[in-house]
Amino acid sequence: MLGLGNPIHETWKAAMSPPSVYFRRGRPVAANVFDRLRALVLSVCLIAAFALPALAGPFEDAVAKFANDEFSDTDEAIGIVAASGNSLAFTIISALRDGRLSADPDTKKVYVTQEDGKIIDAATGAVVDKLPDNAAEVRLNNRLRRTVEAALGGLTLLSPDPAKRIAAAQSVFKTHDESMLPVVDGALQKETNKAAKLAFTEARAAILLFKADATDAEKLEAIATIKARGDQEALALLTGLSGEQPPAIARAAAGATSAIQSNLALWSAVQNAWYGLSLGSVLLLAAIGLAITFGVMGVINMAHGEMVMLGAYTTFVVQEIIRTSYPGLFDYSLLIAVPLAFVVAGAVGVLIERSIIRFLYGRPLETLLATWGISLVLQQAVRTAFGPTNREVGNPSWMSGAFELGQITITYNRLWILCFTMAVFVILLAMLRYTALGLEMRAVTQNRRMAASMGIATSRVDALTFGLGSGIAGIAGVALSQIDNVSPNLGQSYIIDSFMVVVFGGVGNLWGTLVGAFTLGIANKFLEPVAGAVLGKIAILVLIILFIQKRPRGLFALKGRAVEA
Amino acid sequence: MLHVLTRSLDRGAILFLIVVAACGVLIPLSNLLLPSGSMLQVPTYLVALFGKYACYATLALAIDLIWGYCGILSLGHGAFFALGGYAMGMYLMRQIGSRGVYGNPILPDFMVFLNYPKLPWYWHGFDMFWFAALMVVLVPGLLAFCFGWLAFRSRVTGVYLSIITQAMTYALLLAFFRNDFGFGGNNGLTDFKDILGFNVQADGTRAALFALSCLALIIGFLICRAVVTSKLGKVLIAIRDAESRTRFLGYRVESYKLFVFTLSACMAGVAGALYVPQVGIINPSEFAPGNSIEAVIWVAVGGRGTLIGAALGAVVVNYAKTYFTSGPLAPYWLFMLGALFILVTLLLPRGIVGTFNSWWEPWKDKRPSDNAESAAREDGVSEPDMAE
Repeated sequence: MLGLGNPIHETWKAAMSPPSVYFRRGRPVAANVFDRLRALVLSVCLIAAFALPALAGPFEDAVAKFANDEFSDTDEAIGIVAASGNSLAFTIISALRDGRLSADPDTKKVYVTQEDGKIIDAATGAVVDKLPDNAAEVRLNNRLRRTVEAALGGLTLLSPDPAKRIAAAQSVFKTHDESMLPVVDGALQKETNKAAKLAFTEARAAILLFKADATDAEKLEAIATIKARGDQEALALLTGLSGEQPPAIARAAAGATSAIQSNLALWSAVQNAWYGLSLGSVLLLAAIGLAITFGVMGVINMAHGEMVMLGAYTTFVVQEIIRTSYPGLFDYSLLIAVPLAFVVAGAVGVLIERSIIRFLYGRPLETLLATWGISLVLQQAVRTAFGPTNREVGNPSWMSGAFELGQITITYNRLWILCFTMAVFVILLAMLRYTALGLEMRAVTQNRRMAASMGIATSRVDALTFGLGSGIAGIAGVALSQIDNVSPNLGQSYIIDSFMVVVFGGVGNLWGTLVGAFTLGIANKFLEPVAGAVLGKIAILVLIILFIQKRPRGLFALKGRAVEA
Repeated sequence: MLHVLTRSLDRGAILFLIVVAACGVLIPLSNLLLPSGSMLQVPTYLVALFGKYACYATLALAIDLIWGYCGILSLGHGAFFALGGYAMGMYLMRQIGSRGVYGNPILPDFMVFLNYPKLPWYWHGFDMFWFAALMVVLVPGLLAFCFGWLAFRSRVTGVYLSIITQAMTYALLLAFFRNDFGFGGNNGLTDFKDILGFNVQADGTRAALFALSCLALIIGFLICRAVVTSKLGKVLIAIRDAESRTRFLGYRVESYKLFVFTLSACMAGVAGALYVPQVGIINPSEFAPGNSIEAVIWVAVGGRGTLIGAALGAVVVNYAKTYFTSGPLAPYWLFMLGALFILVTLLLPRGIVGTFNSWWEPWKDKRPSDNAESAAREDGVSEPDMAE
């Protein structure tokens, strides 16, 4: 059955690679775009008719030359337009490249069909309704295409948008094309934006470094600039330098290379640490509720992952309602979802505790089985209600995007989750320390019978504790919905990791859970580049199994004289 | 030897053995001798299905031996089962020889596909049945021995042990999913052709495999029975009920636990080895932690601490699974399974057989009987009290 040749190989290969499970649903595009467009076109036409005096300058003359449909005239026109500094220059030349520039040979008027279908007059920028009947596309030949590309490269360097200027400078940095030097020099003179200025300086350094007739002093300065940049591309540039260099320059280049390499190694360690912190915060968030139920009540709650899942689905429902009824509130959806998820998961937790778990106290292994059953039921219930596929939960605007810190990129959602986790941790710690419920919970953890003798209603504390642990799992679900697929299996993927964290950190100690989560997260991320993601994870599991042999009660075990039965 | 067996058998055990043996003989005979379409003829697909149940029952026995009689709740027994299955699967892969898609006489198809230059060292020897059969017992046994030696010596007990056994099977799951691990990645091992020269698809082979599975169940039952009724078994029960006290009385608790854990893993391995040729595939999903937990619930349903109950529970739950997942009730099967977990632990903590025994016992005591005393003593321990 496998012998049919390539297509079968492909399917087999596909079957062997882990399935990609990230689905995204397209959102409907507003249908009234065209109406708005028409209104816009009309109003712009009116304004243009009144506001534009018929002035003919060198730019307008040059534009008119496109209409001659002679390659030499077109070439000349490209040069003048590109050098004019007119804001339409980029539009015209990119339209020329893409075959969207057309001209009317009779009136000598030139038109640009923009990418959104709008047509403007190339000389004035005024919007016109439709192309004249005899307008024809301005033709290009291969020589002209090269001219167009060069002109476009230079034009982006002069683009009014700083981000575009920087991108253009970066591409010059990579290609270090000598012909760009005058443009880069010119741009550098005029540049006022700090980041763009740096990008131009670096681009200039890259060109000078590879320029055959640059002086040694210029080259040394260039190497210093590139060294200061210190990233992967700077390294690639320096290693691409040919071997035949004067000794001083070769030495400087070698020094810069090793400096960049150690710099990069440092940054990659920082990056691993950041990824580790991020993973650790996710683990902590998932495990912290478990630490409470396991620590205080000794209950192994296998349905803990499903509480996380309930929280994630609560987020989904909140976002659905917001999308259909109050679109303006979308950025606040998570703020609304957090308390709701706490209530939903907490209520389910109290319900489970009252109806099932309280009959099983003192039988931890059977509790484990019963809660596993609960997890199956909850999973299937969610699958029945919401379907088995992933549901899309969107990122609010303040959680999407990323920023650069040195050589690493930090995404906002990971950063927010880290902050959120720490906030939850601190609040929980304060709650245990300063509230009456916290006091009662600690008393029950330390000595259940003594606490009962002192008049604490231990069964009420149990129910509230279980509700609290479940509620926090629900909150974790809100956060995890931002970085993971919201599916009925969401909880399953966290349950074993959460148990590892709690067991590793030690039961009955939130600080142990904190240390455990971050240790495992960071260890995992530092092992990943060495051993690969899966082997790294296996190594962590094996290490934990071995660690438990050494300290059967975890990193921070509760000290006491009680002997286990 | 014989008196060990006779001593260990009470009336229920003998009845169980007779029923299993009768199934093991009659079902293959009916399948092979009666004309197909006859009322009493058991179709081949059912023979394979029953063979699967027999393997599950053996696995349940293995779990009951450690959980019901020694208080060790392993959530990783599916791993031993799967390891035994992989050992058998490797033998079956080597038997394919040049009949594979790529016609390579040495390398199995997936290795040719993944550009293995030669057979990995750990695949050597699996072309011989005796070696594979040895590995079926040895590999799970060795893993259990190492794992248990570490865990029991440092007194990892209760839920902690359960959690790390779960971590073990999860780690193995991840490892076997890797293509470069040399066991076929997530496709596992399949496309088997023959076993000991017989076609695995043939009716006769299937009937023989079923009979062998029943035989394995019988032998496994006899071994477990011999263990739990011996003096060793009494120590195991003492460990289950009061581990510290047993230790203070001078017993080396960890040695007892290690022995019974390893024995149980070997049994699970044999069950897995018989399972693979009957279902025709082994892949890493057998290592999934959920499978191991499901196997534990078979024991809980049947009655932990009653060996018959474990086997019965495995058959009942799996029959229910086959019945419900193939019908219109399929979407509700997980609800039922979940409810089974909850209801059995809440309402039927002794399981079917345990509950039955507790009804039967007072009535039985009134009758004079030779082995009533020993039976009562044994059944008396079938009420586990897991208070930690």
